[in-house]
Amino acid sequence: MAAAQPAAAPAAGPAEPSHGLRILLIWLPLALAADLVIWFVWGPHLPPGDMSNTAANQQFDIKVLSVMAAPVMLAVLIFAGYAMVTWRTRDGDEEDGPPIEGNARVQVSWIVVTTVIVLSLFVFGFAELVTSNGAGAGAGPAPIWKPGGRPLVVQVIAQQWLFTYRYPQYGGFETTDLVLPVGQSVQFNVTSLDVIHSFWAYQLGVKADANPQVNNVAYTTAEHTGEVTVRCSELCGLWHGAMFDYGRVVSVAAFQSWARATETRVAKITRTLPAYALVYYPNEIKGLNKFYYEAGLPGAGGGFYGNQYYPNEP
Amino acid sequence: MAIETHSEKAQHPGGGEPAGPRRARPWWLRPAIHTAFIGAVVGYLVGHWLGNFIASGYQQVTEGDLNDLAIVLGYAFATVGWLAGLGVFNDLLVAMTGRDLPRRDLADAQPGLARYFRFSLDHKVVGIQYLVGMIIYFCTAGLFAMAIRAELLSPTYHLFNADTYIELVGEHGTMMMMLMTSVILGPFGNYLVPLMIGSKRVAFPRIEALSFWLTPVAFLILLSGLLLGGFPFGWTGYAPLSIQATEGADSYAVAFGLMGISIILAGFNIIATVICYRAPGMRWSRLPIFVWAIVSTSFLMVLAAPVLVGGMYMMITDRTAQTAFFIPDLGGSSYLYQNLFWFFGHPDVYILALPGFGVVLELLPVFTRKPLFGYKIAAAGMIGVTLLSFFVWQHHLFVSGINPDMRPVFMLTTELISIPTGFIFLVALGTFWKAKFKFTVPMLFALAFFFNFLIGGISGVFLSDVPVDTTAHGSFFVMAHFHYTIMGGLIFAFFGACYYWLPKMMGIRLNQTLGKWHFWTMFIFFNATFLPLFAIGMAGQPRRVFEYARNLETLNDWVSISAFLLGGSILIFVINFVWSTVFARVREEGNPWQSRGLEWQVSSPPPPDNFARVPVVLSAPYLYGFKDAPPVADLNPPVGVLSAAYAQAPATEAEV
Repeated sequence: MAAAQPAAAPAAGPAEPSHGLRILLIWLPLALAADLVIWFVWGPHLPPGDMSNTAANQQFDIKVLSVMAAPVMLAVLIFAGYAMVTWRTRDGDEEDGPPIEGNARVQVSWIVVTTVIVLSLFVFGFAELVTSNGAGAGAGPAPIWKPGGRPLVVQVIAQQWLFTYRYPQYGGFETTDLVLPVGQSVQFNVTSLDVIHSFWAYQLGVKADANPQVNNVAYTTAEHTGEVTVRCSELCGLWHGAMFDYGRVVSVAAFQSWARATETRVAKITRTLPAYALVYYPNEIKGLNKFYYEAGLPGAGGGFYGNQYYPNEP
Repeated sequence: MAIETHSEKAQHPGGGEPAGPRRARPWWLRPAIHTAFIGAVVGYLVGHWLGNFIASGYQQVTEGDLNDLAIVLGYAFATVGWLAGLGVFNDLLVAMTGRDLPRRDLADAQPGLARYFRFSLDHKVVGIQYLVGMIIYFCTAGLFAMAIRAELLSPTYHLFNADTYIELVGEHGTMMMMLMTSVILGPFGNYLVPLMIGSKRVAFPRIEALSFWLTPVAFLILLSGLLLGGFPFGWTGYAPLSIQATEGADSYAVAFGLMGISIILAGFNIIATVICYRAPGMRWSRLPIFVWAIVSTSFLMVLAAPVLVGGMYMMITDRTAQTAFFIPDLGGSSYLYQNLFWFFGHPDVYILALPGFGVVLELLPVFTRKPLFGYKIAAAGMIGVTLLSFFVWQHHLFVSGINPDMRPVFMLTTELISIPTGFIFLVALGTFWKAKFKFTVPMLFALAFFFNFLIGGISGVFLSDVPVDTTAHGSFFVMAHFHYTIMGGLIFAFFGACYYWLPKMMGIRLNQTLGKWHFWTMFIFFNATFLPLFAIGMAGQPRRVFEYARNLETLNDWVSISAFLLGGSILIFVINFVWSTVFARVREEGNPWQSRGLEWQVSSPPPPDNFARVPVVLSAPYLYGFKDAPPVADLNPPVGVLSAAYAQAPATEAEV
């Protein structure tokens, strides 16, 4: 796991042709090439893309870690491959190898180099956490990093086996459509009515577990319009595999008009819902299920606070 | 050193003075696996009746048709019945009534197949029992994996319905993760550790045998969950889903709890054996690296598994007595279960990794004909992994919303653990330097271990970074990561160990041509199966789903077909194993690998007492290439040498 190994190893055998130098010469151009390809060619296409600031940050982190990992992996593989080819036993050779039980210089440099790599990774990761770069991960009710201004609040209510979205700044209406404005920071308040789910908006780089009786907050700012895949990424029972939907990121004007129109359209239902809260007790509103069922309303709302929702057989 | 305080008599497993010959009874009256089955069935019926009797008035039972108490008590009594049928309690009862114990070891020493179906106190019998058991469990769980991949051939078409699919996922994951904890420690640890440390016995033969005989119960109870509708929560069993689930979930909780007890017992026995039963001269600095790995693993088992047993016990009481430890609506916490589970679950990952390290590092010196490079740093790496593994568990909860202030700490510990893990690579690469590579079948598996574990380890560093984990968590990326470390690491090491040590354990050589076929197909198809899963996970496919995005169909099909071929590769091993041990039986008696290991200095298979006399260890096990290296041990030390050996040992150390 340390790039220094090939360089430090020749100390063990000064009489031979300089195997260490050879390994170094094979490794150096390959490592350089791999890093350049990862950073410039592959990097911009790495998941999860750059649709939001959090997704772009994750892509950046994956790039950084890949650039660090590639030389290390190459060093180990090239060293091992070189050793196997060079020092393979020829037929009839029953001799033992040289009795090398250790080498203080090699061991110390390995420990130092791996420790430096690991600690620099930690410093990097720590910096990411106190900035917006880690904001896409659910950070509980009190995140370390908060965006400035007044973000759009979207509550994600997970239940078996469906996500409902609630917009408290628009009268607290509920819908199964996730619609978000571009260029505005969004605060997801993720909670669950029954078991643990996980809200994963893939293209937005947002993942937050939905725990019952817990408000789990994640932030993002979408930077491009387009479709977003939402999947449940925590096993939540029978229909976990069918628990997905698609959201949209649209222009601010389109979002405003959609939100106002929906707010008006479902106003009657919104009045019957429990008041907006950060967590909900599922057994609180028993009659609601019936109300929805009789009104023939599909999707979001009351039924979710009561019985399980069964999707159709796929 | 304990050896001086024990008489030679104490070296007999089962202990005690002989109390006359055992009464001879016909085989069907002697406790063995068939009486165990009878005991289990009787026990289940009694327990089930008792559970129904107790819980018949419960509102939950009268309103629904579920009675978890009857199932749980049925399983509990079946376990007791199984053990009673095996005769586990016989000696206990005899001792309690004040009579003398019969000499168990004489009965165990009888040759023949029958002893493998009995509660045997011979660690060599237990090792073989474990070996066959583990191969059966591994193949069963592997078949579930084949079924999962068959379902994932298509993004929408369904071979199984949703509940069957989720049952298969749960059975595969749980069976692999709970039973494979013993895949190396069980067969090779129990069989070889006494041989490697120069002991005639293990410390607690009854506890060792009990640890094995709990595994078939755990296996059968877990499988019986399928009859009760399975369990829909994978191997993690997150509450409150596991509390909500139907009766099949009881099989998960009881089986996992039993397996937890099994590995605690196995761990205790190994620790006590290695501490107390090393031969004179077998200092800690001469302990084979495999023994270091097994001891580290045992400490992990003993310290981590109690948390699992407690967690499973709480889950059972939540399900049967409505204690609501894990139900948030009633004042419990679903985070509590996650913490308990991963406090066991992450050390469990290292319980699965460390024995693999031990096997491959044990094989490298033999097949490179060199001393192990940096023996002490290898042992330090294992101890470091053992210690650090207790401080990383919350990295499984990075996106769960639990205490975000703690994330940097767990990120740091997770990244730190790659330092001692890196030691293993340092040792391997150092040993490669100017080595005399002999590419035998076991060596091929050991080399593949490093290739696979490198990918597995590096991908683990990605997962320790919170922003990367935000995308990767809960996706196929994680799945690929731990299959690379566990299957690519542990299982490859297991097969390497089979090819290396079966001549020792059975006196029989596995067919090497088939072995090469097995290795190359397994290596190629393993990588073909799991490498694309990193990409699939990063492209947005969560774990344990039966529907996925259409654009991932090609990759998933590739993975499925590779997985079937990987299954075929395991089949080559099974065929080779059965063919070589049952039909061909090519004898291999000496020391085919020219190993300096103490276990290879006795005949194969070893005599009933392992060593005619307790040996005196003279030098370290990896002195390949030293022209004047002393033999590893004096196998026939003169009478009275035991106390003298202590004084003698420093002198031999100075020569080396």
